[in-house]
Amino acid sequence: MDNTNNYIENLENSPSGGKGAPSRRSFLKSSALAGGGLMLSFSWFAEAKAAEKIANLPETWSELTGYIKITPENVIKIFCPNPEFGQNVMTSLPMMVAEELDCDWGNVVVEMGTHDNVKFGPQFSGGSNSIKMYWKPLRNAGAAARQMLMEATAQTWGVSVGEITTKAGVLSHSSGKSATYGEMAAKAATITVPKNVKLKAIKDFTIISNSQKNTEGLKVVTGKPLFGIDYKVDGMLIAMIQHPPAFGMKLKSFDATAAKKMPGIKDIFSFKLFDEGYELSGFADTRTFNEMVAIVGKTTWEVMNARKKINFQWEATGEVKEISKGWRGEKIETTVPARIESTANQLEMMAEFADGRHPAKPAKQLRKDGDPEAAFKNAAQVIERTYNAPFLAHNCMEPMNFFAHVQDDKALVAGPLQGPAWMEPTLMKLLNLPADKIEIQMTRMGGGFGRRAYGSYAFEAARISQKLKAPIKLIYTREDDMTYGIYRPMYTATYRAALDANKNLIGFHVTGGGIPENPIHANRFPAGCIDNYLADSWEIPTNITVGFFRAPGSNFNAAAEQSFLDEVAAAMGKDPIEMRLDLLKRAKENPVGKNNDYDASRYAGVLELLKEKSGWGKPENAGKKRGVAAYFCHAAYAGHVVDMVMRDGLPYVEHVTSAVDCGVIINPDAARNMVEGAVVDGIGQSFYGALTHKNGAAEQSNFHNYRMIRHNEAPKKIDVHFVQNEIDPTGLGEPPFPPVFGAVANALFKTTGKRYYNQPFTKEFSNS
Amino acid sequence: MAKYSLKINGKTQQVDADPSTPMLWVLRDHLNLPGTKYGCGMAQCGACTIHLDGNATRSCVLPVSAIGKSAITTIEGLSASGTHPVQKAWLEHDVAQCGYCQTGQIMSAAALLKSNPKPSDADIDAAMSGNICRCGTYLRIKEAIKAVAP
Repeated sequence: MDNTNNYIENLENSPSGGKGAPSRRSFLKSSALAGGGLMLSFSWFAEAKAAEKIANLPETWSELTGYIKITPENVIKIFCPNPEFGQNVMTSLPMMVAEELDCDWGNVVVEMGTHDNVKFGPQFSGGSNSIKMYWKPLRNAGAAARQMLMEATAQTWGVSVGEITTKAGVLSHSSGKSATYGEMAAKAATITVPKNVKLKAIKDFTIISNSQKNTEGLKVVTGKPLFGIDYKVDGMLIAMIQHPPAFGMKLKSFDATAAKKMPGIKDIFSFKLFDEGYELSGFADTRTFNEMVAIVGKTTWEVMNARKKINFQWEATGEVKEISKGWRGEKIETTVPARIESTANQLEMMAEFADGRHPAKPAKQLRKDGDPEAAFKNAAQVIERTYNAPFLAHNCMEPMNFFAHVQDDKALVAGPLQGPAWMEPTLMKLLNLPADKIEIQMTRMGGGFGRRAYGSYAFEAARISQKLKAPIKLIYTREDDMTYGIYRPMYTATYRAALDANKNLIGFHVTGGGIPENPIHANRFPAGCIDNYLADSWEIPTNITVGFFRAPGSNFNAAAEQSFLDEVAAAMGKDPIEMRLDLLKRAKENPVGKNNDYDASRYAGVLELLKEKSGWGKPENAGKKRGVAAYFCHAAYAGHVVDMVMRDGLPYVEHVTSAVDCGVIINPDAARNMVEGAVVDGIGQSFYGALTHKNGAAEQSNFHNYRMIRHNEAPKKIDVHFVQNEIDPTGLGEPPFPPVFGAVANALFKTTGKRYYNQPFTKEFSNS
Repeated sequence: MAKYSLKINGKTQQVDADPSTPMLWVLRDHLNLPGTKYGCGMAQCGACTIHLDGNATRSCVLPVSAIGKSAITTIEGLSASGTHPVQKAWLEHDVAQCGYCQTGQIMSAAALLKSNPKPSDADIDAAMSGNICRCGTYLRIKEAIKAVAP
């Protein structure tokens, strides 16, 4: 499983990323959602006027490239290719199209595209990839459409295309003639889509790099049915699932005699998600349990009540062998252990691995530079610290759910998925239908954070609908969602630093592990900065399901490594920012090794900006309890300075200064929103986040015992600053998140005088 | 099952449901008003917040049998076209990320501002801390509330 961290960061190269995907044709042309009609999103904020425009939307659209449609009245519709889960792609991606189309953003309406990888590319949201992978294709689409409009105009006016200019959706000629895009759209649609179009210079942007409001904002604040859980069709049934109560357990038998007689109940039956001998096709087939009981009825409350009346018998699973296909196509045989886990045993196992007591195979070497053994042997001082972090539940505010209507010759499925194309091959196998007979509709997601990269709930919904031959909507309760999650793995890492007699850092060693994945990114900072460097890892298999969680691996590394570097800086007698800048100087001027994954100049640039904007080291800030951390992941650089105080006996982050380099900023205010959210989430997860187990069962089941950060715990102020450059942009869903953990850990030390090595940090405070 | 006559968003609606059915599911399943969201089912997250006689109330633990003559307002009744001052402030501050919790946040904020037109930071914290936002938009929510206050 050690490839998954790198995998999610490089998903656009994956075999399921759209290239070679079968050509498909939707049997339902419209993208109508619940309630009927097209769900258009408006770029303007004009109160009642928006509703008026929806009502009067014209029906004649001329299509220019797969992404753009224009009416004679000059309303411009832009399709968003990627699923939306709060990262604001339904605004930022269309902005890229509109920029090169050179239209008036006020005339743009946005619609979620159909799931069609041939037309719209990979169509996944994950690994902060949306902006990065669509940056060129979407600008090309806009520029190509503009070119088609210019050619149509040149033909109409009998002038050369080179004499036509465009501005804000109007075509002009020096003779004084002008026309709107709408007037020329029908003719332009007949022109072949040009290749090799010229893109604008960044300095000429008028839409990109200017803050545009969320195109779905009005629908969000008026409670429109945007989400999978809101999906509804006539005759639809509600389904829920009873899974085993603990990892390592399976269904033995059940008695639903009484429950079946309850009002509104249609059917109660057990089913297997995958049949005997099924070959798991990579991470997309991750599922918590294979056999479960479906309860199906008319309304949610009736199904919930019937579920309580079923008598279940469970038994131990024992050891299970599974065959899966790796993402390079290789066959992997995995043994899922029988062990029924509790957190105390998990911690004990981790400690045994971490200090080498465990008899299992030794840690796997990931990177070695120089002679680290000698460096540690010759060191005048060795600093060694071990860091731990628990499983985390994603806790998307919209619990997992999915709609499915499976018929003999076709299927319609709809709901929250980060990567519909990843689920399609499995749906084809389960339903025995070709791709062009399975329509997958992408609904807005009430959060994702990696959880909805795994669509086992979509497979479950499809199985239930297949059995009943009826449209059904599967809903997880919060308890279902939390207690059989696909969690952030449990991690531990031991860091060692060797200092010589002059307090120079001469050796560095990280050994990291986890249940069941290690978090280590061996080629990232501070690799490349230290002559003698060693990174190794170990992993403990488990039957607890884990997966991507906002910045996989990084969300732990940044806490441990950035906290450790603070202690090393102190031992070296250096300021923590200056110490990092010194290391980066080495990586810039004379890097150690060749495979260093980060750009030392951009990393240093973020630290310099942070230093300036936070007033780091300035006399006026001398009294503040501040912690700093910076990290690179998902193609961007981010750092924070956190100002902490004690409030009612608990640490409180009052103010945060953030600096980010993600290349060109597409939508500045929305980008700030992403950074602010990552800061709040990072504080919450590091302070409170934990999913623990007892006898295989999750000990937290809902928000009364899984603590989430709340309004009164959010900082008073977060100042966000971006490095201004013209580097190709990347997304912000992940990069600002990991360094929050490190900055919080370092501020905790300044505030309390004590180092905190185990998350969640507030567990050690008596009144937490 | 029992029949109820409910005052919702200024209209009287007839519902036939089990008396224990929470208003959340009456709204979502019986009355096709999906703006009120399910988040936890135990009054811990605030996604299901509605107004009961003007007071912010968690509809996921409010049985239909307890409503009686009380008037219910849901997000759909706050204003259908987003013209309520709180909705406008939410748009102006571009608060939402995923947006799932925001209807509940808006209903809590609207109730707060009605009873306390100029809330302090502490008042806002007290009124809003029952509404969880996993995306972490709390700062913008606070700014939006303050922008509505005169």
